Amino acid sequence: MKTFSLPRIVFVVFCALVLLYLILPVLIIVPMSFSSTRFLTFPPPSLSLRWYQEYIGNAAWMQATRVTFAVAALTVLIATPLGVAAAYAISNSKMRIMRIVHMMLMLPLVVPIIITAVGIFFVYAKVGLVATMSGLVLANVMLGLPYVITSVVAGLQSFDPAQEMVARSLGMNRLRSFFAVTLPQIKASVLTGAIFAFISAMDETVVGLFISGGQYQPLTKRMFTALRDEIDPTIAAISTLMTAASFLLVLIASTRQKKSGP
Amino acid sequence: MLALASPALLVILLLIVLPVGWLAWQSIYHDGFTLENYRRILSEAIYWRSFSLTFQISLLVTLLALLLGYPIAYAASVVPKGWSVLILALVILPFWTSALVRAYAWLALLQRTGVVNQFLQYLGIIDEPLALVHNTFGTVVATVHILLPFMVLPLYATMQKIPHDLMQAGASLGGSPSHTFWRIFLPLSLPGVLAGTTLVFVLCLGFYITPELLGGGRTVMVSLLVSRNVELYDQWGAASAVGVVLLVSVLVIFLIVGRFIPLDRILGQK
Repeated sequence: MKTFSLPRIVFVVFCALVLLYLILPVLIIVPMSFSSTRFLTFPPPSLSLRWYQEYIGNAAWMQATRVTFAVAALTVLIATPLGVAAAYAISNSKMRIMRIVHMMLMLPLVVPIIITAVGIFFVYAKVGLVATMSGLVLANVMLGLPYVITSVVAGLQSFDPAQEMVARSLGMNRLRSFFAVTLPQIKASVLTGAIFAFISAMDETVVGLFISGGQYQPLTKRMFTALRDEIDPTIAAISTLMTAASFLLVLIASTRQKKSGP
Repeated sequence: MLALASPALLVILLLIVLPVGWLAWQSIYHDGFTLENYRRILSEAIYWRSFSLTFQISLLVTLLALLLGYPIAYAASVVPKGWSVLILALVILPFWTSALVRAYAWLALLQRTGVVNQFLQYLGIIDEPLALVHNTFGTVVATVHILLPFMVLPLYATMQKIPHDLMQAGASLGGSPSHTFWRIFLPLSLPGVLAGTTLVFVLCLGFYITPELLGGGRTVMVSLLVSRNVELYDQWGAASAVGVVLLVSVLVIFLIVGRFIPLDRILGQK
């Protein structure tokens, strides 16, 4: 095959354009957030930190930020141990029922999010969990579980369970042998799962739209409401910060995984 | 072992099985059993139109995602490692960016005074700004963007496992590059195509953020029908029935596809 044949050039250009289409919208918010004007002109006439100041100086945005971080942190703290325990059970059990359990734990990925959101709203309305912090955290724990479980099940697949057997034959009980032998070897996959649960909670929009309210509204809900009315460049600033946070976390997850790889 | 999984299972039971079950119950029970909500879906044009629009948009989005995603996945699977890492990074980074943020970016790009219109006017291709958003066009452009990684990742996972020797063997037997592609590579990549298209189609059926923000009230996909019945009209029964039909469609698709490839292989990509 010739290196610079015409079909090959067309193919390379096509791929480059598709990749541009993928990444450009994610990057375009950065210059927009530093623009000095309210109107979205590109390139911006001059640079300023105006929209970042607007964001930081606004009590409602700050409250929403606190809610988002509290929800994401609590989600990770609850979903990670629950997910690791479930993944361990799935990987170490030969019971047929475990396959069904595994499938049920993946349900949050299967059920369309709008149905999940409306269903939770109905239930929360009955039990008084609408517009509460605990309601928001619980819903995000449910949504984050599949990420933790998928990651840890994959981690346990490359772990030799015989090692844990050895520890137990030397007199450790199951719990101690898990913490002393197994956990240190799968910690990269646990961390990855926890990070994805955090990002999922930080980015979650649709469920929060239905069940959050009052002082417990996450950032995404306030952004969504603001977007319906007008295009406020403050949202570009917040989006840039959220995207930077996601990128950073994905970077940590991927470098950690490489380090622990064989 | 079951005991270890039970806390997670409890969360799933209380926060998704129970709510969805409740939703199904409400769709058939309102002061007694009734099929009124389902009868309405069958008889009223607005419901029919919404379901048919949703299926059409989902088909279009899936097709576009396949057309754009296949070459990308192919490229990532044949180029040297450094390049494939770069390609995959460009796919995965948007994947982990909030869908809301990406919808906002498209809103800013496509609006009347947005970057795309300004650029086209600057080039003199158009005089008047085009209506690129607040319609089906804008919804499709943004939805394809958001769902494209769900196509590329399963495709890449499948293609990566296709041994290169096979193509070389085909070439050594006199097959042209295009011949070996169509006869060897493409058929072997079909499981990935099935996984990717299923995932994108199903996700698109229930998509909410883009039609709501970029559809301009005209692109009433099923998810909007559900939310409006809840938020605007307080019609929980009607919303539930629409939701049940949507959920059943999704489950049927998964069951059919699950006969050909294991479901965890599809979902593992998410």
